[in-house]
Amino acid sequence: MMLRLAAALILFALPLRAEVEIKEVTSPGGITAWLVEEHELPFTALEIRFKGGTSVDQPGKRGAVNLMTGLIEEGAGDLDAQGFATARDDLAATFSFRANTDAVGVSARFLSENRDQAVALLRSALVEPRFDADALERVRGQVLSGLASDAKDPNALAGRAFDAAAFGDHPYGTPGDGTVESVTALTRDDIVAAHKGALARDRIYVSAVGDITAEDLGALLDRLLGDLPATGAEMPGQAEYRLDGGVTVVEFPTPQAVIAFGHEGITRDDPDFFAAYILNEVLGGGRFGARLMTEVREKRGLTYGIGTYLVPMDHAELYMGRFASGNAVVGQAIDIVKAEWAKAATEGITAEELAATKTYLTGSYPLRFDGNGPIADILVGMQMEDLPIDYPVTRNAKIEAVTLEDIKRVAARVLKPEALHFVVVGQPEGIASDG
Amino acid sequence: MLLRRLGFAAFAGLALSSPVLAETVSDFTLENGMEVVVIEDHRAPVVTHMVWYRVGAADEPAGHSGIAHFLEHLMFKGTDTMAAGEFSDTVEAQGGDDNAFTSWDYTAYFQRVAADRLDLMMQMEADRMRNLQLTEEDVTTERQVILEERSQRTDSDPDALFGEQRRAAQYQNHRYGVPIIGWRHEMEQLDRDDALAFYERYYAPNNAILVVAGDVTPEAVRAMAEEHYGPLQPTEGLQPRMRPTEPPQLAERRLSFSDPRVAQPYVIRSYLAPERNAGDQKQAAALTLLAELLGGSGTTSVLAKALQFGDAKAVYTTAFYDGGSLDVGSFGLAIVPVPGVSLQEAEEAMDGVIAQFLEDGVNPEDFERIKVQIRAADIYARDNVDGLARRYGQALTTGLTVQDVKDWPAVLDAVTPEEVLAAAREVLDRRQAVTGWLVQDEPEQVVPVQGGAAAVPAQVEGETQ
Repeated sequence: MMLRLAAALILFALPLRAEVEIKEVTSPGGITAWLVEEHELPFTALEIRFKGGTSVDQPGKRGAVNLMTGLIEEGAGDLDAQGFATARDDLAATFSFRANTDAVGVSARFLSENRDQAVALLRSALVEPRFDADALERVRGQVLSGLASDAKDPNALAGRAFDAAAFGDHPYGTPGDGTVESVTALTRDDIVAAHKGALARDRIYVSAVGDITAEDLGALLDRLLGDLPATGAEMPGQAEYRLDGGVTVVEFPTPQAVIAFGHEGITRDDPDFFAAYILNEVLGGGRFGARLMTEVREKRGLTYGIGTYLVPMDHAELYMGRFASGNAVVGQAIDIVKAEWAKAATEGITAEELAATKTYLTGSYPLRFDGNGPIADILVGMQMEDLPIDYPVTRNAKIEAVTLEDIKRVAARVLKPEALHFVVVGQPEGIASDG
Repeated sequence: MLLRRLGFAAFAGLALSSPVLAETVSDFTLENGMEVVVIEDHRAPVVTHMVWYRVGAADEPAGHSGIAHFLEHLMFKGTDTMAAGEFSDTVEAQGGDDNAFTSWDYTAYFQRVAADRLDLMMQMEADRMRNLQLTEEDVTTERQVILEERSQRTDSDPDALFGEQRRAAQYQNHRYGVPIIGWRHEMEQLDRDDALAFYERYYAPNNAILVVAGDVTPEAVRAMAEEHYGPLQPTEGLQPRMRPTEPPQLAERRLSFSDPRVAQPYVIRSYLAPERNAGDQKQAAALTLLAELLGGSGTTSVLAKALQFGDAKAVYTTAFYDGGSLDVGSFGLAIVPVPGVSLQEAEEAMDGVIAQFLEDGVNPEDFERIKVQIRAADIYARDNVDGLARRYGQALTTGLTVQDVKDWPAVLDAVTPEEVLAAAREVLDRRQAVTGWLVQDEPEQVVPVQGGAAAVPAQVEGETQ
């Protein structure tokens, strides 16, 4: 009782504000970035995104953007792969490059004492990668090794089966890593084309957090990115969702089945996005206390964990969930998911759930801003989602504004129990594919 | 580089970085024996509150494997004054996150919250240190959860099963050879009495370390800790941890694990190796640098240069050192061959590179470059106060002191190439090693896995609730 009281009192305390001062910096050459100056530690975290990512792969060239991204730091300018790595490590800089569904991401950290050299090296990787024949074969081997692992990984198989059935021939229907056939067939010319198409100035988003001034950042942007081509490959069209409700079983020998399930979702710029976001936290947020976690794990011990999440992508929206269960109890777990989905669709959530979730979401938001790297990542994500620069100070008000009626309306619109499709990878008992 | 999800990759590059400036870390001990470490970082109004217990899977009674981790789950049930689940609900109502993890040497509980909510976190964590209440139903349901956890993290993953078998071969007398999650047949028997006996003995202030990191001052932490943790009664008669030690290993151990789900065969070898010890971290520092030199970089390390370029034998190589344990640690090497290269050829190629390294010695330029990175890691590490909190908690539950953590960067920096080579000669002895082959098997030759036998999480620090 004592503790309840203490908690209740503190609830009235103001939620923290995310106290970061974000500046917009435009370089002399016209490249824009968001900056938080933080001079306590002598380094800078830089995040760059190129919109498009693996979805700008050309027909028949699936996996080209991914393989290209893996090759960016395998030799550039005068340096071969080992020369590049040696130069980077001599500066104690860290770079990482990755290709995702809708963007190529670059993360860099470099010390203030050798910032210019680190930036020159990173520029060389982005602007003049060599794509040497031996590096191409080496990284191709790594990609093929990963694909071989995926072919025996129930988690990967579940995601792939769902995507293929949902999106067919659209790039979203196949893995961005490509297939064994497509990756094996990629040539150096394909990689050069993927580089030109994916890394262009018309799709850049940048953020920097750390020991750097606006003026220095402006000059840095032009040096780093100014020599990239002005335009890149055309974005793919909208991906049509083609999956109906039901079950697909993918036979796989494992004691525990992996289940991916979902249906269409909601766009990030939908006026009801926050209501849908809160609804999902209550229904399937990965935390304890969420309805699915309570019903499937806490009450019955049918899984170690279950979570659902909104997946707004650039060319389609999904509402997905995932869990793993023993083959004997998969059917029971699926029935619970369907029942909870239907219940929330018709009844919405309770006032207590709404209040508790708002408190959690508004209280936890500032905790994300806890380091140069994490803040840079948040800022670049905000730009890609076309959010205003003052979003961190207005975001909690948007959460607070959601009403129980909003949730009920959105639940009826977004949750479609009859449209849920379950892909089960394993040897589930008493379940078979339908349709 | 494009590499993914091999179980042992988690070891690579471990423990390189180093702590914050000395003046931002302070420590003291409460009258009941509870140690307190405070790490200040005032950049954001956030705090991480952790309680670490000096007890883990390697302290379990024989026949009851998994009880340390099972108890960690059960700690989220009720106490005399809180209902089951109320702990996490309350943290979330404050906008915070909480969780816990179990390793062989420690069990830790943590919350991340706004700095002005620290007092409530201490109040609740102190409450569940001594006042846990468990019903039979709590225990029965949660046992199903840990069995599902084992199915998901171990039995569904041939890498994890292979790792579990290798550990069992490596440690024949020490409980490090038993998986944290537990052997399934023993997990199935764990009951309420097991959990409460373990709890009552080990969950006490004189067996716990409080780590608070973030926007706090040592004075404020001391006042709150004295109020909430100060009144707790210590466990009388708690002895220093003395686990059974490994006998001298005189013969190389080899094993081959085959499973139809293996996609990428590989060879991995681990040697028993000295761990970091209080006031005596020199050899551990040399082994840390040795792992970096041999396998720390996928491009410029000794193994990568020799085996992944030119007429490449390997798609991936690595070296790793785990010295962050209370008792004996391990040093390891691994190679994932390119298609067409057998495991035998791969192992011979790896051994050839090691033999050549022992003959040639340390390349001075490589050595200097790694030293530069270690110094920079000190700066980058300060950006992650959560990571620092974990570093201190792990150190203090594995026999080190705050001073050892503070000294570690200087100890690393002082290592010479000669010391690295001497450490390599001492440790890289196949008579003290386990060599494992993970083999791809044709489905029809293999009995379907029933999840009966084995399991170890691939990470050093496994098992988050």
